[in-house]
Amino acid sequence: MTAAPDILRKLLRDPAAAAGLAIVLLLVAVALLAPLLATHPEAVWDMNPHQRLLPPSEAYLFGTDRMGADIYSRVLFGARITLTIAMVAVGAALLIGVPIGLVSGWRQSWLGETLMRVSDIFLAVPQIILAIAIAQTLGPSIENVILALSATYWPWFTRLVHAEVRSLKNETFIEAAIALGVPAWRIILLHVLPNVTSPIIVRTSIGMGFTILTASALGFLGLGAPPPAPEWGRMISDSREFLPEAWWYALAPGLAIFVVVMGFNLLGDGLRDILDPRIRRAGTGR
Amino acid sequence: MPVPGDNLLEVENLRVSFGTEHGTAKVLDGVNLNIRPSEIMGLVGESGCGKSTLANAILGILADNARHQSGSIRFAGKDLLAMAQRRVESEVRGRSITFIPQDPFGSFNPLFPIGTQAMEVMKWKSPRRVAREKPGIAGLFSRYPRARRRADAAAVLQMLRTVQIARPEAAFGKLPHELSGGQRQRLMIALALLPQPQLVIADEPTTALDATIQMQILKLLKRLAKEREVSVLFTTHDLGIAYEICDRITVLYAGQEVETAPVDDFFRRPHHPYTVRLLESLPQPGRELREIGGQIPVLVDPPAGCRFHPRCSRATEQCRAERPAVTALGGGHHVRCYHPITGTGHP
Amino acid sequence: MRIVALILRRVAWLVPTLAGLVAIVFFISRVIPADPVALLAGETASRAQIELLRQQLGLDRPLIVQLLGYYRQLLSGDLGTSLFTTRPVWDDLSARLPATIELTVAAMIVAVVLGIPLGVIAALHRNRFLDHLLRVFTVAGLAIASFWLALLLQLFFAMDLRWFPLQARITGFPPPSLTGFYVVDALLEGNVARLGNVLAHLALPAITLALPALATIVRFTRAGVLETLQKSFVMYQRAMGIPAGLIVWKYVLRNSLISTVTQIGLLFGILLAGAVVIETVFQWPGIGGYAFEAILHSDYAAVMGFTIYAGVVFGIANLLVDIGHAVLDPRQAAP
Repeated sequence: MTAAPDILRKLLRDPAAAAGLAIVLLLVAVALLAPLLATHPEAVWDMNPHQRLLPPSEAYLFGTDRMGADIYSRVLFGARITLTIAMVAVGAALLIGVPIGLVSGWRQSWLGETLMRVSDIFLAVPQIILAIAIAQTLGPSIENVILALSATYWPWFTRLVHAEVRSLKNETFIEAAIALGVPAWRIILLHVLPNVTSPIIVRTSIGMGFTILTASALGFLGLGAPPPAPEWGRMISDSREFLPEAWWYALAPGLAIFVVVMGFNLLGDGLRDILDPRIRRAGTGR
Repeated sequence: MPVPGDNLLEVENLRVSFGTEHGTAKVLDGVNLNIRPSEIMGLVGESGCGKSTLANAILGILADNARHQSGSIRFAGKDLLAMAQRRVESEVRGRSITFIPQDPFGSFNPLFPIGTQAMEVMKWKSPRRVAREKPGIAGLFSRYPRARRRADAAAVLQMLRTVQIARPEAAFGKLPHELSGGQRQRLMIALALLPQPQLVIADEPTTALDATIQMQILKLLKRLAKEREVSVLFTTHDLGIAYEICDRITVLYAGQEVETAPVDDFFRRPHHPYTVRLLESLPQPGRELREIGGQIPVLVDPPAGCRFHPRCSRATEQCRAERPAVTALGGGHHVRCYHPITGTGHP
Repeated sequence: MRIVALILRRVAWLVPTLAGLVAIVFFISRVIPADPVALLAGETASRAQIELLRQQLGLDRPLIVQLLGYYRQLLSGDLGTSLFTTRPVWDDLSARLPATIELTVAAMIVAVVLGIPLGVIAALHRNRFLDHLLRVFTVAGLAIASFWLALLLQLFFAMDLRWFPLQARITGFPPPSLTGFYVVDALLEGNVARLGNVLAHLALPAITLALPALATIVRFTRAGVLETLQKSFVMYQRAMGIPAGLIVWKYVLRNSLISTVTQIGLLFGILLAGAVVIETVFQWPGIGGYAFEAILHSDYAAVMGFTIYAGVVFGIANLLVDIGHAVLDPRQAAP
């Protein structure tokens, strides 16, 4: 396990990964500083019927939407929603999935098998479909989106950890520890966990990107935060009825999604190359 | 008796380097190698000495990060390094110079029956192929005339019998994993001889085989090569094998050839210190193993002059300064050393 | 024989997985904060009337009992009744399935036909310009929100340039329905104009849907080819002077395809997931669009039915892929 400063240095040497890192940091900065960066912070939530559907100009960098709000400012505030959803959903999925993976991978027991079965069930349909079912039932809100996404993403962590633990168990140093009578929980915590950290980190970064795409898709379908929340997917959906005249309407939020997801994907790829180059550079974007 | 100077293959002062992340590895440092027609030349050296690189260089299939720096490879009078790659690919490789790989298992595509793979070689490299057959686009969409295909198939079956593969017709449809290691290597020998080449390059062909069948395969190769008057460049790290089947032996150390001699002379009167140590290190009953002290040099930063000098007890300033020129000792025995060991060597 | 064993094994795995999915979906649907019975009964219903309705619908029994009842209902092919269309969900979905299949197959074809050669090219030009270009393309392709791309393509190609129609499967009357697949039906009908019409409508949705799958295929093919190029048999064929193009496009490709085909199961997931939003944007009358409309109308029964339906479709698709994989790789002893 290379230390964090080492990883950072290697990351910065790869231009693509460095760009990814820069984008992610930019997202965090924008989310934190939205009120300062926005040109019309007050207009995000209010109605300004006189300014509706104006094309991009100096005052309104990306034009205005149907409520007369400045799209650029709304996109900036939307970064908060996006970042929150991504971090909490993936974080929760991680907190659920990793322990389950550890338990099921460590010992061949009925509990482990059952847990893997359960994770299989969640993988029986593509994530978004199950997320739709959950989000629709619970009602449109950010919390429900987070719930739906974390409930459908944890199996990816479980599978990953399960496979790693399984293969680690065959390593001689683990066998030695078991033979020496070291209790299982100690082995898992001190020896297994550090070794699975790398794939988890890679999966987390890529998962952020994928979660943002799914979250915005849910927003697009009307299942995300209700209006007037500046959620990027919902903004794109709102723009539909005003095409083709208001061509600028969907531009900013879509670009935002693109850049942010791209950033996480590039970062994830770069991390994968550094932390575990033997994994083939193929990824699915999930 | 071949006339000296009438060499089939003449490698002269060949230098090959590879770009690596640690620097440029100077793998071959001015290698000379001559092979006469109908001669089996053994290329002996430790792992990493450059045997495979030399073989690849002759075939023209060095990796992308390779750089020729100087030298020439003359085959049947023509300089292969100066020839257009396309000509080398179609006329030389697999045709006048063929190849027997070290790993007979991995060298067959596991998804295609060996008959298909053999006929692919014949399609392009059969002696019956004529110039007017068009190669298509990069080898795709080319025709295989039916008459020739039948003749080629018959030739393949005949050759399979010659290399003693039982029931060759059945073998045609088999996948590589369904044959034994020995059978696969016999097949490799067959494929190497079917195009009627002048030179066969065999890169450690028996290393991956069981000891029990190694000799069988080697004797087969030697017999067939002699019968067909085909030269063989035979690389190996095993002196015992070299003794069995080679006519002449060249020793390669860290990318420099240090001694060349006809086989008897080589074993009875070795001159180069490295050769002597190599022979001494052969296991002998009643004597403990002797090893050669030191390690092979790192090729990114090799020793100057004669690359063996750090491990040589006879080394002097001269050895460090400049690599020795070739000294002809008569009878086809050459050595490159300022302080060769004279007198009888070791059994 | 091996194939039959494979099928049986996969079906044996599929059944409990789907049962579990159903259970999850069922429990989700019973978690509705609002009382569905009250919704059904209407605003003027009294408490007693609501309770009566609840009893009639069997919604007062313990959850496990309800779940078993749900299983029985499903096994008889009843996915519930749509609150909006008032038709059985199964009928609605089955009527719309061919449209989704046609779109998904078209997208798959685009992704495979373009993706595999591009992947090979990327591998052959490793770390040079073309490879970098393709890498940017694949990363971008996986980062674009498909519904956004769909909108942009609509805006540009349909509204601006008018090269392609805006939405739906066809303008005018569909071909005589033999298979339900307009392309096939139009071909069988022999009507070139209608065929052109259908293909034009198919183009934008299929391309949009194909993009993430295309990017994935390029990446996997590139990795597979690079790995195969290291193998000894490639070196042997080079040494024997077999033409380089032949080595790559006949032999290396075949070996690399194994790993690509393995991913096609994964790709179906991507395509099915994408279908929901793409059909929405292009008003494509498939099961994805149905799901969207169900969401719009708060049609819980339809959404649940759709989820289970999707599980079945997905499971069958994966089974077919596994069979294809076993056929392609003659060394496949056991998966």
